[in-house]
Order: sequence, then structure tokens, then C-alpha cells
Amino acid sequence: MVGRNLWRLPSPTHSSKEACLVNAYLFNWERVWVSSKGRVGFLKRLDGNFLIICSVLHTTRPLHTTQQRLAPLPPLPEKGGEVRYGLIPEEFFQFLYPKTGVTGPYMLGTGLLLYFLSKEIYVINHETVAAACILSVIIYGIKKYGSNVAAFADKLNEEKVAKALAVKNEAIKDLETAIEQEKKEQWRVEGRSYLFDAKRNNIAMLLETNYRERLLTVYNEVKKRLDYQVAMQNLKRQKEQDHMIQWVEKNVVQSITPQQQKDSIAKCILDLKALSKSAQAA
Amino acid sequence: MAQPPVPLKDMKLLDVKLGQLPTWLAMRDFTPGGILGALRRGHDRYYNKYINVKKGGIGGISMVLAGYVLVSYIWSYSHLKHDRHRKYH
Repeated sequence: MVGRNLWRLPSPTHSSKEACLVNAYLFNWERVWVSSKGRVGFLKRLDGNFLIICSVLHTTRPLHTTQQRLAPLPPLPEKGGEVRYGLIPEEFFQFLYPKTGVTGPYMLGTGLLLYFLSKEIYVINHETVAAACILSVIIYGIKKYGSNVAAFADKLNEEKVAKALAVKNEAIKDLETAIEQEKKEQWRVEGRSYLFDAKRNNIAMLLETNYRERLLTVYNEVKKRLDYQVAMQNLKRQKEQDHMIQWVEKNVVQSITPQQQKDSIAKCILDLKALSKSAQAA
Repeated sequence: MAQPPVPLKDMKLLDVKLGQLPTWLAMRDFTPGGILGALRRGHDRYYNKYINVKKGGIGGISMVLAGYVLVSYIWSYSHLKHDRHRKYH
């Protein structure tokens, strides 16, 4: 590989699978082997102190253009490759089918077996007997309990998958209930305006009540003061009246002379006699 | 066959014609890294085809065991030669 001169420029006939990156560096008297995928490039001195390394990097597939992603992983294939009699892949039978038909591989197997036996490439000794016994036991066991073991393993797998699925469903259900509760909270928020209206009404009512109470208080107080004034006036007038009556009476009584008193008494006696006479007559 | 001409080195073994086989073999990567890579690729192919499936069968391991039996028989053939019943075949 060392002596090969692979210094060449990229040509338009390159296959589409290869991407050529030509790196040109400026070096001074250095011999560098750049090897990737078995390609070697080394420098050639062109002239004087102007050295160029041309290395051709061959990549057999373009980078970062596949669609493969690491997650989510693609699911495992359901069944493995087909194997006949537990030993020979099905592809071998398909490979021989076009030329030899269905019995081809079996003929091949028989022929090979007879050849090995006759040439004693396979010698029959005590180990053959041991192998025969062991193989028969193994095959009997597989035939009898194979399906059971497979069902058991499948059940284990099922349980694992079911557990994972259950976790996923739980999570989904929890998130859905959370969403519903969130929506309910949002609906409740809409009713906030009604709440504030009711509160506002309450407060207005309180204010009104307070105002009216105070109004009543004012009225009562004013009425009390006015009543007081009225009572005062009434009292004053009554007192004046009483006082005047008393004064008038006193003066009148004082003004009655003794002569007037005698005259009035005699007159009263005469009147009484007259009345008694008229009463007797009636 | 509208494929562009693939260089010999990169063709798969089953596509190589019989006459090209020696050159193809010479062009393979025989460095330790290359051999390791080839082993790993082979292992991955076998593993992903027969073992890493949902319902694997007995063929997955039985082929490996049969291969082991065969290889150990081949390695011990020089001893078994002496157990032959006839000398001339």
C-alpha cells in the first residue's frame, strides 16, 4: 500500500456512492500518509517550496442523509429466519430449488452422509452411540415441551409489554383527567364576573342600609330637638296662662268689698227662697 | 441491471463471479480492525436474523451448537483417525 500512487484529481466518472473530498494543504517537505478505507495519498512536490498534499477521501456512503432515526425504535421482527429441522436455514433449500427441485437438498444430504461414512471421514465409535442417545433425548424433550416453553416465554413477554402499556395508559388517563380539571377551572374562571357582581351588590346594599340608618338617625335627632322646642313653648304658654288666671282670681277676690259681699249674700238668699217656692209649687 | 459499475472491492461475496474471486479476496481488509469489523458484522447479521426477534425458535442456538460440534470434530479428527474400522477406503 505504501508505494501506490493514488494522487489523482476527482473525475466526473466517480460513482454516486462515493463522495470525494479533496483536501489541499500547504506543507513543507512533509510526507504524510493519509489512509482511509485503504486509500493512500501522499504529497508530491510541485515546485520550489510550494507543496500540496492531495488526499482523496473515499466514503462509500454519503453522510447524514439516511432516514434512520434512533427513536422510536422500529419494532422487532415477529419471527426469525426460517430454519428447517432446527439446523439448516430455509435459504439453502430455496437456493437449490431452481436447479434440483424439492428433493435436491435431501439427495445432497444423503449423498454426503454416505460419502462420509464410506470414506470414514466420520468414524463410528463409542461417541456415535453417545451422540445418538443424547440427541434422541434432546429431540424428544424439544418435541414434547417445546410449545409449552415457547408459550411460557411469550406469556412473560406479554406481561412485560402489558405492564409498559398499562403504565402508558395510566399516564394518558391521568393527563386526561388533569386536562378535564384544567378545563373545569377555566370554566370556573368565567364565573368570576358573577361572583364579583354579587359581591358588588352586597356592598351596595350595605352602603344603602348604612345611609338609610343614618338618615333615620338624623330625622330622629331633628325631631327630638323640634319637639323640645314645641314642648318648651307649650310649657311657657301654660305657665303664663296659669299665672295670669291666678293673678286675675286673686285680684278679683281682693276687689270684692265687704258691702258687696253682704249684698250678694242677701240676693242669693232671696233667690233661694224664690226657687224653693217655685219648687214647692211645682 | 441499471446499477452503476461497483468496484470489485465493495461487491458482496454472492455477487462476485468465480473468476474474480482471488482478486476479491486479495482486496479485502485483513488488518486486525478489518477482521474484527467483519466478525462483528457477521455476528450482528446472525443475531438480528435469528435471535433478536419476538418469537425465536430453536434454530437460533441449535445452529450455533451444531457449528460448534462440527468444528470440534474437525479439530479432533487427527485423533479419531485411529478409531477407523478399515485402513483402506
